[in-house]
Amino acid sequence: MRRSLFGRTWPNVIAVVLFVFFIFPVYWMVATSFKQDRDIISKTPVFLPLDGTLDHFTTAVDAPNFWTYVLNSVTVTVGAVLLSLAIATLASFAIARMKFRGRKTFVLIIMVAQMAPWEVMTIAVYMISRDNDMLNSLLPLTLFYMMMVLPFTIWTLRGFIAAVPKELEESAMVDGCTRTQAFVKVIFPLLAPGLMSTSLFGFITAWNEFPLVLILNKEEGKTLPLWLSSFKTAFGNDWGATMAASTMFAIPVLILFIFLQRKAVGGLTDGAVKG
Amino acid sequence: MAVHSERVQAPSPDAGQAVVAGSGTSAAGGGSKGAAPKRTRPAGGPGAGARFAPYLLLLPAVLATIGLLGWPLVKTVLLSFQNLNRRQLVMHLTEWTGFDNYKEQLTDPDFWAVTGRTVVFTLVNVVLIMVGGTLVGLLLNHLGKKMRLVLSIGLLMAWAMPVVAATTVYTWLFDQQWGVVNWFLDQLGWHSMADYNWLSSQYSTFFVVILLIVWQSIPFVAFNMYAGLTTIPKELYEAARMDGAGAGKIFSLVIFPNLKPFFLATTFLEVIWVFKSFTQVYAINGGGPENLTRTLPVHAFLEGSSGQHYGIGSAIAVLTILMLGALMAYYFRIMIKQEDEL
Repeated sequence: MRRSLFGRTWPNVIAVVLFVFFIFPVYWMVATSFKQDRDIISKTPVFLPLDGTLDHFTTAVDAPNFWTYVLNSVTVTVGAVLLSLAIATLASFAIARMKFRGRKTFVLIIMVAQMAPWEVMTIAVYMISRDNDMLNSLLPLTLFYMMMVLPFTIWTLRGFIAAVPKELEESAMVDGCTRTQAFVKVIFPLLAPGLMSTSLFGFITAWNEFPLVLILNKEEGKTLPLWLSSFKTAFGNDWGATMAASTMFAIPVLILFIFLQRKAVGGLTDGAVKG
Repeated sequence: MAVHSERVQAPSPDAGQAVVAGSGTSAAGGGSKGAAPKRTRPAGGPGAGARFAPYLLLLPAVLATIGLLGWPLVKTVLLSFQNLNRRQLVMHLTEWTGFDNYKEQLTDPDFWAVTGRTVVFTLVNVVLIMVGGTLVGLLLNHLGKKMRLVLSIGLLMAWAMPVVAATTVYTWLFDQQWGVVNWFLDQLGWHSMADYNWLSSQYSTFFVVILLIVWQSIPFVAFNMYAGLTTIPKELYEAARMDGAGAGKIFSLVIFPNLKPFFLATTFLEVIWVFKSFTQVYAINGGGPENLTRTLPVHAFLEGSSGQHYGIGSAIAVLTILMLGALMAYYFRIMIKQEDEL
């Protein structure tokens, strides 16, 4: 039974329309950031910036404290991800490989913690940071971001550790390794892709976080998302520079996502399915 | 059945855990990276070291959760019973007021307006996300390899876009004077939209916010839907088609029953995520115009932090957490019932 030409074409037509719908805002951000001002402020939009310029990027980079904010964002993100990886590796090994009382309770707490309403806990976090004299500091941000990504990290790492056949570990132990050595020499190398993709998602969460830094840090303590959200106001209607700033902020995430997506999403689902 | 819900990437209890829990032998020995006390050979029976090893391994995670998640939660509750405004904050005063903040909120029509608005806002978003995501997932499954890749790239871009960057881009797309959306609508013949200020009214602001959230959330649902669809055996479709089932029948008789755990889990996750979404609503228009687009998390922040009524903001936060808690309890009940093993 052959389908009509129409029947074969329409899914592709819809797919193209949807592709444009989903990618257009991203394209428009990048395109605007390269456009001459006259093409941005124009009654008919220019869809292909053929005579591009890098001026807007210069404006954004030269904005006050830009490099401070970059450094803040990188410090906070890397710190949070590394800390949570260290803590999560220990915990996920326990729940993936060991039998003990309270295991179920712990797993349940992890799952609830994953959905913690951070968005409305910011006032309390503000008070705690203030009481400890740590407003505008990077330490509370790092710690709380670590906590935000910790449950997810434990949960996915648990899947990856469980996916490593127990026999590998056991045979290492038969060969005379201690359990710790077996973990370091056998499981840990096999975990590399898992650690990679888990930290990728942790990185994205921490890099993008906005509500908490909004209440905690000002001036030189800002991170890039907070800077970006105020960029528009600070630069009036300089959409070129605003989009250049957005592009610089988004590009690392987009690239990471594309390169690691296959492995990451595949790994995540594998890890989860194999439980 | 269990396998499908595992496709949901956020935590969901999974079956097969019993296998993971490990036999006695693997629990023996125990310990890792310096966390374990001195112990005998791993081959030995479960000694004291082995019994405590899992708890030592969990200790950092538990401490972090108590200190960095539990304490802020408790602190939110404590603050909600205090009269804490600018004056008390500056002078470091603690004034307990009992349930005053709650009484004030629960009798305040504004609070109920915000709550009702949040519920409707969540419903509209989740319906659009689930219907849209399901349709896109079905389309992905239907497409040839090349077109599927093309559409996946589009979806991936929208999904990966950092929220703050996305909100910034949307304000630019919907800019009154130079925004490409107004130009496009004008070209389509809707000339009154040529200079339309999207942020000037409640509904048009919500339109932008909802479009933004739906645009970013559909990819997650669509990819998971597609992943779930690939697990349904081809024979089931063929059998249904042989029996003369149309597309609608195939969905309701083959796809939906097979992916029911996926639909339930994803719907609830989306409800929870949308209900507590802050950045999009706040960054697009700051809860305006005239506070008409405040949802609960934004309301809590604006009253508490910007308005410097920290006690009242915390009371709103606690009420929001209670509502979320009810949703989550229901979600976990379904999930746990669905899977026999945690």
